[in-house]
Amino acid sequence: MKPAKFDFVRADTLDEALGVLANEGTDARIIAGGMSFMAMLNMRLARPKVLVDIMRLKGLARIDIGKDVTVSAGIRQAQLLAHPELPRVLPLVSKGLPFTGHVQTRARGTVCGSIAHADPSAELPLCLIALKGQVHLRTARKTRKVPAEEFFTGMMATAKADDEMIEAISFPAAKGEGTAFSEIARRHGDFAIVACAAVATEKSIRFAVGGVADVPTARDFPLLEGSALDDALNTLAWELDARDDVHASARYRRELVRRIGRSTIEEALRCRA
Amino acid sequence: MPRLSADARHTVRFTLNGRVVEGEAEPRMQLSDFLRHVIGATGTHVGCEHGVCGACTVEVDGMLTRSCLTLALQVEGASIRTVEGLAPAPDRLSVLQAAFRRHHALQCGFCTAGILMSLDAFLKTTPDPDEDAVRDLISGHVCRCTGYTPIVQAALEAAAELKAIQEETAHA
Repeated sequence: MKPAKFDFVRADTLDEALGVLANEGTDARIIAGGMSFMAMLNMRLARPKVLVDIMRLKGLARIDIGKDVTVSAGIRQAQLLAHPELPRVLPLVSKGLPFTGHVQTRARGTVCGSIAHADPSAELPLCLIALKGQVHLRTARKTRKVPAEEFFTGMMATAKADDEMIEAISFPAAKGEGTAFSEIARRHGDFAIVACAAVATEKSIRFAVGGVADVPTARDFPLLEGSALDDALNTLAWELDARDDVHASARYRRELVRRIGRSTIEEALRCRA
Repeated sequence: MPRLSADARHTVRFTLNGRVVEGEAEPRMQLSDFLRHVIGATGTHVGCEHGVCGACTVEVDGMLTRSCLTLALQVEGASIRTVEGLAPAPDRLSVLQAAFRRHHALQCGFCTAGILMSLDAFLKTTPDPDEDAVRDLISGHVCRCTGYTPIVQAALEAAAELKAIQEETAHA
């Protein structure tokens, strides 16, 4: 499996990269770590005419921690995972990121690249939705921020226009919420059959599911217990419109949403500050 | 900002196991194919070509990398280590390689180059790993012969041996 032909641009500045996107639109694609997109190229599921490498740009390798935690496009998954402040400022991400791929892909694969790839079972999009994060998009002329729930529009489809690139993503920094992440896959590091993320405060629970619908999906619940929580999870499990595939049946996926969902929510409630 | 044409070959230079190498690659050429077909470094194996099997794992600027998910043009100027760089001399095996041999941690050997690269990098940062950590690391590789148990044993024994060597050198 070899990629189809493309021109290659080694961008030295952000303006150069955005200029190529502005001129070539749908024929141009950004490559960063390449750990997801190269597989698409090798299988010829993607056939861009020009590829723009952004990993030599200065200033794109930043993690800024304030009211929000902003991770720019050059940051690799392993760099974020190794950040000493991550368990404090983004406990959910520090729990979910070890499930993303393997050591051998997290070393090169970028955080924003995983968001751009928008695999419905991927962990980083799920965390971004669970935490109500934002995607920072930039063209040659303007910038905009899109809430995570509006960004993912379908399986591997996003609200990003052809002339836009993801400059960064941002998450609100943790303020004592309880968080939990769990995932069922055939083997560790495989794509999740079902992945669950929960964020619990004093008043409410936010629960997000990946791997079932064509986009990661979140719901806000009041503090439910007992059979009320079971009912809420059952309703959600049916709403996600699970499908049978080679990895698991729809029925099994719904059962995982009910069971793993419940244990994930209970864990998040327990670890509130 | 040079735009490198799809239809031409372009010079790529990098350091491979301490030696500067150079060759020509079309933009679409993967690093795995560049190493094997252009440089002639066939120690790195190519399995699935979509990042799942781990056979082609190499180290680029200290980062473990699937070389089938990396373009040759992306590593211009980088420092790359492959399985050919592990042995201290042509007639000697590294501590890790010797442990693989003792434990029969390879049979057909197709996956071995990638697993050795992962473990070599891992043991540098994790000198005293437990079995879970080793199994988590090699979950990024597929081996169809060994059932993994001998690989885990070899890795743990190599870790202990490397630690003993380091302690002895520190006291010398």
